[in-house]
Amino acid sequence: MTARKTPVPTPVLEAVGVTRHFDVSGVLGRTQVVRAVENADLTLHRGEIVALVGESGSGKTTLARLLALFHPVTDGEIRLEGTVVRPGTKAAKAYHSSVQMIFQDPFGSLNSMRRVRHNIERALRLHGHAAASKAERRQQVLELLERVNLTPAEHFIDKLPHELSGGQRQRVVIARALAVRPSVLLGDEPISMLDVSIRLDMLNLLARLRDEDGLSLLYITHDIAGARYLADRVCVMYAGQLVESGPTEEVIQHPKHPYTRLLLESSPDPERLMNPELGSAFDRTVSPGEPPSLVSPPPGCRFHPRCPSARDECRRAFPGRTEFPSGQWTHCWLHGSGGNRLTAPSNTGDHQADQRR
Amino acid sequence: MKNFAHSWKVRVGLGLLAVYGLLALFGPALNSLLGLDPRAIDYGATGQPPSAAHWLGTTTGGEDVLAQVLAGTRGSVVVGLIAGILSTAIAVLVGVIGTFAGGKADACTTFLTNLFLVLPVFPLILVVAGYLQGGGVLMIGLLIGFFGWPGGARTLRAQTLSLRNRDFIVAMRMLGERRWRLVFVETMPHLAGWTSAMFLHAVVGAVLAEAGLAFLGITSPDAVSWGTMIQQANQQSALLRGLWWWFVPPGACIALLGLAAGLVNFGIDEIANPRLKAARRSLVKQVDKRARTIAARPEPVEQEIPR
Ligand SMILES: Nc1ncnc2c1ncn2[C@@H]1O[C@H](COP(=O)(O)OP(=O)(O)OP(=O)(O)O)[C@@H](O)[C@H]1O
Ligand code: SF4
Ligand SMILES: [Mg+2]
Repeated sequence: MTARKTPVPTPVLEAVGVTRHFDVSGVLGRTQVVRAVENADLTLHRGEIVALVGESGSGKTTLARLLALFHPVTDGEIRLEGTVVRPGTKAAKAYHSSVQMIFQDPFGSLNSMRRVRHNIERALRLHGHAAASKAERRQQVLELLERVNLTPAEHFIDKLPHELSGGQRQRVVIARALAVRPSVLLGDEPISMLDVSIRLDMLNLLARLRDEDGLSLLYITHDIAGARYLADRVCVMYAGQLVESGPTEEVIQHPKHPYTRLLLESSPDPERLMNPELGSAFDRTVSPGEPPSLVSPPPGCRFHPRCPSARDECRRAFPGRTEFPSGQWTHCWLHGSGGNRLTAPSNTGDHQADQRR
Repeated sequence: MKNFAHSWKVRVGLGLLAVYGLLALFGPALNSLLGLDPRAIDYGATGQPPSAAHWLGTTTGGEDVLAQVLAGTRGSVVVGLIAGILSTAIAVLVGVIGTFAGGKADACTTFLTNLFLVLPVFPLILVVAGYLQGGGVLMIGLLIGFFGWPGGARTLRAQTLSLRNRDFIVAMRMLGERRWRLVFVETMPHLAGWTSAMFLHAVVGAVLAEAGLAFLGITSPDAVSWGTMIQQANQQSALLRGLWWWFVPPGACIALLGLAAGLVNFGIDEIANPRLKAARRSLVKQVDKRARTIAARPEPVEQEIPR
C-alpha cells in the first residue's frame, strides 16, 4: 500500500510531550517509579492509520490508555481537535464520544452475560444515537453488525459472547465502538489474539472504516507486516520513548534508528503477509540484550547498551529530534542531532538532571 | 432459568425449600384445620410417644409436638429470611457498591467490614438480645442479620475488585456507562451465584443461631420456633428420658433446611456461568445429532459397515 498524504493540518487526536510514571511499591516498602512513557509526541489525523510498534513492555499499551484517558498523564497534554482534555472532567465524558478503544482480548471485553444487542444498544443510547422505537433500534443494531461484516445480522443480534468465535466477538466489539460514532479508534493489538485465517479480513475491515468513514486508528501491533499492510504512518517505541516515526514505506525501506533496523531485521520476511509465524515474531526475541529496566533506564539514549553503533555522546545525553525530507523523524546521534533539530526535546534536559542527582 | 432446575439435586432442594415456605405461610392455618393448637394442653397425655391422637406425640407439658413444629416453622423461617435478606443486603451494599464508589467510601466500608469481622458476633448478639428481651422473632432476625454480613461483604469485595478491572467493565466505562448500571447490570449478575449462595448460607446460619439463642434462653416467652422447642425439650431432659419425638422433629427440620440449601447451591454455579450451561447443551446436541444420524441411516448401509 502506498503512503497516503496527510490530509488535514490539525490532528484529530494528539499527544504532546506525554509522560506517565507509575509508582510501584518494591521490596521493603520502597516505592519505585516505573517510567512507562516518557515525553511522547503522537499525532493522528483524520482518516489516518498510525501503527505503534515496539517490543513487549515498551509502553505501547500505556500510551494508548493515556490517549483513552484511562490513566491521568504525569506530564504533557492530550488534545482532541486541538483542545486539551483531562480525565475526570466534563470534557472527558464528551471525549469518549470521539475516542473509543478496542481491546486485545475479545474474550474479555464483552460481558459474558449480555447479548450482542445489549452492548450495541447501550452504546447507541449513552451517546444519544438510539432511535425512539424498538423496531428502529433493532434496525440500527443490525446495520452496525452489517458494517463489521457480521452477516446475516439477524443471526448474531441475540447471541451471547460464548456463542461467538473470537473474530466474531472482536467484530461485535468494533460495532459497539462504532455505535458511539467516534472519530478515533485506539486498537491495542486488536487482531493479535484472533485466528490467523481471519486476521487479513479484520485488517481489511479496519482499512475500510478508514477509507469509507474517515476514521482514524491507532494500531498497536507486534506485526510489522500487518502494520505495513494497513498503516499510513509508523511510530516506533523503545523503552517508553518514541524513537522514530514516518510514512510506513519510508520507515520500512529506510529506517533511520538502529532499533527500527533491528526490529525490521528480526521480523520474518515482511512480504509474506499474514504468515502464521509472523504474528508475534519479534515480540520477545528482538536481539541480543534485554530491554532496559524502566525503573532505572540507561542514561542518554536508552538503546545504547544494545546499539551496535553506540558512541560516547549516546551514553551522555538523549539525542534531539532530527527530521528528514521524507517526513520521517528520529532521535539518534547518528543523524547529527542538533544540526537540523526542529523541536527541542525536553527529555534531554531531563536526563542530564537525572545524572546530576 | 430453564436449565437451573435441570439436575435432580436442585429440584429436590427447591422442593424442600418450597415445602418450608408453604409451612411457614400456612402452618398455623393447617393447625386449626387439623384441630391442633400448639399451646393447648392435653392433661390426659403428657410425654406420650406418637399415637393416633397425637401424630408426633406430646411434650411433658401435654402439648402436641406436630402442632408446635407447624407453628414453629413460621418462627424459624421468618428469622432466617429476615436475617438472610438483611445480611445479604448489607454485604452487597458494603462489598459491591462500596468498592465501586472507591476513594473514601471504599476506605470507610473496608474499615467497617474489618471492624465487624473481628467482633465476637455470637456473644454480642447474646448480650444485645438479652438486653432487648421480648422482641420476638422479628427482633432476633434483625439482630442476627445486622451482625452477620461482614464475611459476605469481604467475599463480594474481593470478587468485585477483580471484576471492576476486567476489560468488559472498563469497556463499558469507556462507553460512558453510568456507575449504578455498571454495578447492577454489568457486575451484579456475575455475583449472582455468590450472592445467592451467601443468602442461603445466611438463612441456615440464622436459623441455627436462633436455635442456639433459644437454647441459651434468649427468646421471648410466647415465641414458638424450632429453637424454642429444642430448648424446652432440653430443659425437661427429653434426651435422658428418651422422649425422642420431642427433639428429633425440630432438629430434623433444621438439618433438612441445611441440606436443601446445599442442594440448591449446586445449581447456582450454573446460572452464574453460562459457559457451563452451553457446554452441556452442546454436548446434548451432539448426542442428539448422533442418535438421529444413526436412526436415519438406511439399513443396507449399516450392514455394509465392516465391524
Ligand atoms: N498500572 C501499572 N502499574 C505499574 N506499572 C505499569 C502499569 N501499567 C504498565 N506498567 C508498566 O509499564 C511498562 C510498559 O507496559 P505496557 O503494558 O505499556 O507495555 P506494552 O508495550 O503494551 O507491552 P506488550 O507489547 O507486552 O503489551 C511495563 O514495564 C509495565 O510493567
Ligand atoms: S543515539 Fe547512539 S545508542 Fe542511541 S540509537 Fe543512535 S547510535 Fe545507537
Ligand atoms: Mg500491550
